[in-house]
Amino acid sequence: MDTQQQQQQSPVQGAKVLMVGAGGIGCELLKTLALSGFHDIHIIDMDTIEVSNLNRQFLFRRSHVGLSKAKVARDAVLRFRPHINIRSYHANVKNPEFDVDFFKQFDVVLNGLDNLDARRHVNRLCLAADVPLVESGTTGFLGQVTVHVKGKTECYECQTKPTPKTYPVCTITSTPTKFVHCIVWAKDLLFAKLFGDKNQDNDLNVRANKAATTSKETDDVFERAEDEDIEQYGRKIYDHVFGYNIEAALANEETWKNRRRPRPIYSKEVLPESLTQKNGSAQNCSATDDDSTVSSMPLLGLKNPQELWGLTQNSLVFIEALKLFFAKRKKEIGHLTFDKDDQLAVEFVTAAANIRAESFGIPLHSLFEAKGIAGNIVHAVATTNAIVAGLIVIEAIKVLKKDADKYRMTYCLEHPSRKMLLMPVEPFEPNPSCYVCSKTPLVLEINTQKSKLRDLVDKIVKAKLGMNLPMIMHGASLLYEVGDDLDDIMVANYNANLEKSLSELPSPVINGSILTVEDLQQELSCKINVKHREEFDEEKEPEGMVLSGWTQSPALNGESASTSNNESASTSNNESAVDVTESSSGPEIASKKRRLSDNDKRETENVESEDDDLMEIENPITVSKKKRRVA
Amino acid sequence: MDGEELTAQETALYDRQIRVWGANAQRRLTKSHILVSGIKGTVTEFCKNIVLAGVGSVTLMDDNLVNEESLNANFLIPPDENAYRGKTVAEICCDSLKDFNPMVLVSVEKGDLSTRSTEFFEKFDVVVIGYGSLATKKAVNEKCRKLSKRVAFYTVDCRDSCGEIFVDLQDYKYTKKKLEEKVECELNFPSFQEAVSVPWKPIPRRTAKLYFAMRVIEVFEENEGRKHGECSLLDLPTVLEIKKKLCEANSVSESHIPDSLLERLITGTIEFPPVCAIVGGILAQEVIKAVSGKGEPLKNFFYYDAQDGKGVMEDISNSFTS
Ligand SMILES: [Zn+2]
Repeated sequence: MDTQQQQQQSPVQGAKVLMVGAGGIGCELLKTLALSGFHDIHIIDMDTIEVSNLNRQFLFRRSHVGLSKAKVARDAVLRFRPHINIRSYHANVKNPEFDVDFFKQFDVVLNGLDNLDARRHVNRLCLAADVPLVESGTTGFLGQVTVHVKGKTECYECQTKPTPKTYPVCTITSTPTKFVHCIVWAKDLLFAKLFGDKNQDNDLNVRANKAATTSKETDDVFERAEDEDIEQYGRKIYDHVFGYNIEAALANEETWKNRRRPRPIYSKEVLPESLTQKNGSAQNCSATDDDSTVSSMPLLGLKNPQELWGLTQNSLVFIEALKLFFAKRKKEIGHLTFDKDDQLAVEFVTAAANIRAESFGIPLHSLFEAKGIAGNIVHAVATTNAIVAGLIVIEAIKVLKKDADKYRMTYCLEHPSRKMLLMPVEPFEPNPSCYVCSKTPLVLEINTQKSKLRDLVDKIVKAKLGMNLPMIMHGASLLYEVGDDLDDIMVANYNANLEKSLSELPSPVINGSILTVEDLQQELSCKINVKHREEFDEEKEPEGMVLSGWTQSPALNGESASTSNNESASTSNNESAVDVTESSSGPEIASKKRRLSDNDKRETENVESEDDDLMEIENPITVSKKKRRVA
Repeated sequence: MDGEELTAQETALYDRQIRVWGANAQRRLTKSHILVSGIKGTVTEFCKNIVLAGVGSVTLMDDNLVNEESLNANFLIPPDENAYRGKTVAEICCDSLKDFNPMVLVSVEKGDLSTRSTEFFEKFDVVVIGYGSLATKKAVNEKCRKLSKRVAFYTVDCRDSCGEIFVDLQDYKYTKKKLEEKVECELNFPSFQEAVSVPWKPIPRRTAKLYFAMRVIEVFEENEGRKHGECSLLDLPTVLEIKKKLCEANSVSESHIPDSLLERLITGTIEFPPVCAIVGGILAQEVIKAVSGKGEPLKNFFYYDAQDGKGVMEDISNSFTS
């Protein structure tokens, strides 16, 4: 054995490593670690195996569908490297058993995660435990690997993460211009209204038409009488959302001054008098169907999910899918949330989005495409995951050898930049204004008289700061905490506090107050300076509060769908795909390294927060603009 | 595109990658036939990737008997001597690969690649030579070029923590996405023989040193009749002698190729698994591009060196001299 390899082997063999995630990157990583001589590998993953994983998560077979990824991956790798120690945990990395002490036993942590939330959590635990982290992500042919060593390089949260694509409410409810707007409407409004929790807030107009309003102000067309014929009910909904609501919107001339006017569509224009006679009824389909396989497509003679359906076909699918929900899945109505693996839900949402798109003159999409947008499905291929896993191991070995000068972040590009397909970049130093690793205070603008503590907990502490088990203090006064060990009186107190406005709390939080927010599991504590503000712009600041100096977390709903297609695949046709294609074709990289004093904000980059292989990609273009030095 | 549609089973299995390259590309993939020889670490990675991607068939050639050394960097061989004794590397790897994706036909072809007739290669759309000798690479590439159909030709080689890929797609047309439009493009690739005969002097100085270093090692193994990787530090003087001659013949200074790099290449004979994963991944991506006709292909060399972390593409053709 040559000297180079000997040097590589010794720190490797003695190392204890933690892998978080046994999915697309995880399978490749576990294999490459084992081949590279790692002897002690622990792996956490809460997921079970699905069919759509099998094209790239090569340690899994069809017979493994439904089993723990971590466990099956372990067993598969032990088959070709039987004498190493691999320990699997079929669990959520955010579980309390994975605390700072758990993390401290490892020499390095390697992330192959699929969501920002878990990444931030692991980042904080690595900082608290002072264990180096190698972080990764892929989407399509793009990928990246970064190294985070406390005090030496920036932490995962030092850079502002991109704002997820969110759409103003009125774009979704009244003025859609893109297919994704129609999908969000169909999924988050219509589907939720029809099949989801009735008590949930919903911006869909449910009031019956004008004639009725004089008599019964509160008529909700979505209420279905016990004996109402399902098809009639379906047509009523159809006419209401695609016909009447559009007509009502058209009445507001101001809205359409500079916009294309939508066309109301009524069921009688597109559908025959009675579908039941024409197609036979939904009840004809096999009684053995389980929920996830119930489908309206066979009834309508539709086979190919990639085929584009016209208005009539979409309308038929709309009615048939709705009928099937009531005929076959009645018990679930009222509790359903959209799930990309729920065939009937995908059919319904595709049809509804397409009918709305037709109405607004937006190009229609196939079920396959609509499913990708609605389900935020990441584009994933085995090759990028394999490459990224190789890069992770190379960085992990440098970390174990404490070869700090050689740490690199590496980008996998789809189109070469300065001849490079794999582009190494020197890591940044920690950002002195990072609230996670540098404890810089945050500023919160909020209406302290109107906003409740609950709003602060939900919208800021959980959603934006990513805390799992938060505790909120104002001076010495404890306003709120979460935990198993609280007594009933405390819980009652905290619950009462949640419903109070900030200024009414036992220790009033007003302009100039400083709050301390802590997560004991993550060992993260931050200070929030409160600034009172009366008014917020409903469209631009829908949360009614503004936090500055933080790293943004993605919306966990379909609103971020449009950011999911950020590669130049033919199947994606939104503009973000084009951006990446164009811009990565020839950036120039300046040779100045960023210093601690160089505080200019780095641009935000694309983030994916997807179901599966997660991804988060930093757009390579920004690298060039930001004067990172290429190694 | 004509041809039958993907089955529901294929659509479900390949869902995530169809979202990357589209259903037409997937259909072309499922009809492609790939020949692979020299199954060490990097080629193992490559095979895994294309089998997962769902090509039509993969034919493996490697008559070496499995031994301790072949286990290194190879996750397709279970380390059970009773299971592999007497079997060739291709046979054992074939069994494992079949398991990865039952929809891909994986088979073994016995014999020596370099003695195969031109007609033999007609069955394939892609030929990949792993760790081949200079003579084999030249001869097979010429045979592929004689056929009326275009056979995409690749070589791959990894030494120490470095890797090289060579690509010959002859005259190749592809579509590229520019803004919203699809643009038709054409590239003309030199053969392996042409590419390695390009005079060094006009080649830009910033070109990867590995290109030149690999040519030196190639000539060394050819002259000395060595198998791939059959070398050690003891060979350094001979290798440096060859380097000197080649540099003189090309009228470039000897500093063109660092001695330390040559030393790494002849001493690092054990494959480094992370580099196998990286180079095998890039190679598979290129083959997928070429088969599906989508995306700009790599022209015509790719180099990766874990020491500086760069993965660069070098276009080595006579364009420098013209
Ligand atoms: Zn930080």
